[in-house]
Amino acid sequence: MEGTNQYTVSVYTENNIGLLNRISAIFQRRHINIQSINSSISEIQGVSRFTIVVNVTETQIKKIVGQIAKQVEVIKAFYHTEDEIIYQESCIFKINSELLFEERQIQNIVKDSHARIVTVNKEFFVVEKSGRKEEIDQLFEDFKAFGIMQFSRSGRIAVTKDKLKISKLLKAFNQYE
Amino acid sequence: MKKAALKKDLHNKKVSQPKKNRLKPKVRISGSEAIVRCLIEEGVDILYGYPGGAIMPVYDELYKYQGKIHHVLTRHEQGATHAAQGYARISGRVGVALATSGPGATNLITGIADAQIDSTPLVCITGQVASHLLGSDAFQETDIVGISTPVTKWNHQVTRAADIPEVLAKAFYIAKSGRPGPVLIDITKDAQFEEFDFSYEKCRGIRSYTPIPEVDEQALAKAAELINKAKKPLIVWGQGVILGKAEEEFKKVIEKTGIPAAWTILGASAIPTSHPLNVGMVGMHGNYGPNVLTNDCDVLIAIGMRFDDRVTGNLASYAKQAKVIHFEIDPAEVDKNVKTDVAVIGDAKESLAKLLPLLAENAHTEWHQRFKDLYKIEYEKVIDADLNPTKSGLTMGEVLKEINICSKGDAAIVSDVGQHQMVACRYAQFTTTKSNITSGGLGTMGFALPAAIGAKMAEPDREVVAIIGDGGYQMTIQELGTIFQQKVPLKIVVLNNEFLGMVRQWQQLFFDKRYGSTEMTNPDFIKIAEGYSIEAVRVKERAELKNAVEKMMTSKNAFFLEVCVEREDNVFPMIPTGASVSEIRLD
Repeated sequence: MEGTNQYTVSVYTENNIGLLNRISAIFQRRHINIQSINSSISEIQGVSRFTIVVNVTETQIKKIVGQIAKQVEVIKAFYHTEDEIIYQESCIFKINSELLFEERQIQNIVKDSHARIVTVNKEFFVVEKSGRKEEIDQLFEDFKAFGIMQFSRSGRIAVTKDKLKISKLLKAFNQYE
Repeated sequence: MKKAALKKDLHNKKVSQPKKNRLKPKVRISGSEAIVRCLIEEGVDILYGYPGGAIMPVYDELYKYQGKIHHVLTRHEQGATHAAQGYARISGRVGVALATSGPGATNLITGIADAQIDSTPLVCITGQVASHLLGSDAFQETDIVGISTPVTKWNHQVTRAADIPEVLAKAFYIAKSGRPGPVLIDITKDAQFEEFDFSYEKCRGIRSYTPIPEVDEQALAKAAELINKAKKPLIVWGQGVILGKAEEEFKKVIEKTGIPAAWTILGASAIPTSHPLNVGMVGMHGNYGPNVLTNDCDVLIAIGMRFDDRVTGNLASYAKQAKVIHFEIDPAEVDKNVKTDVAVIGDAKESLAKLLPLLAENAHTEWHQRFKDLYKIEYEKVIDADLNPTKSGLTMGEVLKEINICSKGDAAIVSDVGQHQMVACRYAQFTTTKSNITSGGLGTMGFALPAAIGAKMAEPDREVVAIIGDGGYQMTIQELGTIFQQKVPLKIVVLNNEFLGMVRQWQQLFFDKRYGSTEMTNPDFIKIAEGYSIEAVRVKERAELKNAVEKMMTSKNAFFLEVCVEREDNVFPMIPTGASVSEIRLD
């Protein structure tokens, strides 16, 4: 049987209500769990970009991207392997302030991990870190020993190492404007 | 690329736009009047629907625009979508259905899902509660855009009157361009009341959407090379030939190459049944020859079809020996179910026209003989007993035979879902394209009666015969009211075996004859038809059949014919679920 891999899907779309639902339904219908999903503006004015991470086989990802690309308001969809992209995730921790002063180790963790302290007050301090998945996993493990009051982590955002073939697309756009 | 594709699409459209229907722009009108005027601008002559609170402003405008556009009141919103489907399937034009919010909208869903899987162009318009009430669980509020998302090609909610023309123009463009499909537009009641400056411009293209991909000449050349070298090629065509208006090009391709051509259920009627190169239907209840020889051909050429599981049987043993060429407009269909060696993505008409000069003339006489030999086996074991039975009970097949004789194959056959559907598709003789109207992908019981209404109203000059089982008939039987009120002269044939026959057949074959909930105690269908003033005849004996069918086919009015058929007949050939196409059973 074909093994699964982690794939990152980049979808360029119109910025319309309901499109997220339409795209996520494609995964839901095939009983595929989305690892992470992010939606933002893209390098093209007025065009949104979804970044979706899933664990599936290559056969599956090809079909899924085909189904996504077929949606009327989807401009273009691509899938990438881990080697083909540069990606980042970001996370924030809320931690009891006492620890910051009492546990020397905490400050070392922050420093060594290149995390950033966003704010400190009497009760708590907030640490932010952007990086690869493993780095964030590690930081979580490091802080866990001391107690984390709150934790939140973003979806993956990614750019590809190679050029994305959207020049044709841009040409077509100019024709409409 | 986009430009060429657009140009082509416009060229293909040929939208009929009677000049008298063109209205001069009026300065300020309401959103609801705009909806009606948009429909008229798009050439809509008939629409099907059911009124209710949130769509009442539109019904008020339809009342004022009587004579310019004909609204047909169905007896259930499901009937409206199926009627719109029948209208679209026989004419190639966009079918339109109208419903109110909440239950009106949700009742459309089955027809929309059916249209989605069978690529039928529909525009469904639903009323919605006023925009300030959205999300408040207001009376008859439902999230129809959310509900319909997985079963529409596109959907959209309008909350401002000024957006109506552009959104409806897009709706029609999307529904009919490329691979067609259903579109749902949900319009809040305040947007229907709001006034704005109306003007209408047809949609010429959408930047994120390429309906017709450009044909890759290299892929085409590769396909031609494979076809020319093939010793045992087999064509399987689907509805793409009909939707792409590629019937003539298709015929030229098969006639030049002499390649045997088989059809999927939705591809039926693209070329006449009697065409010498037409070798019958593929799939679960298809013909013996094309199914068996799918696993013997050296090149399988799929045209405008999507390798549905009912066509392929077990994929692991489907045409493994063959090189597969797939002509297809929807790139997402390529390699979805069957891995292809050459994919020619694009419009069927254009692809086949460009393919033709690259093809070598051939006859494949010996290869054809294989199909003839297998047909002979099927005829002796199945077809003869279906069409010329000697046992006492009536067969569904002999009813089809009589209809063929009377119609000379010119009738459009609208079938429901089940045993009768397989028999209708197997035995109907088609001479004209777009004549086989049936629910293929979704398998929607209750489809045929309302779909036949739509078909007959779209093409009043054509004979339309609905062939329905006693189960499916009772799922939308209320549409007899629509036939009565609209005086639709369509022919309704119910093949009554007092069973949900296809399920019963499976229970017999795979569940040790445990006939759980498949036996039907039916009402007197004749009395019901007569209640709607529809002339009705019941046939119980073979001796009565011919005259009854003749009487029906010569009637100028709606006619109901009930044929009480053998209760426990089975449809054969049959590919059991999970079996290979070449393991097709003849008994």
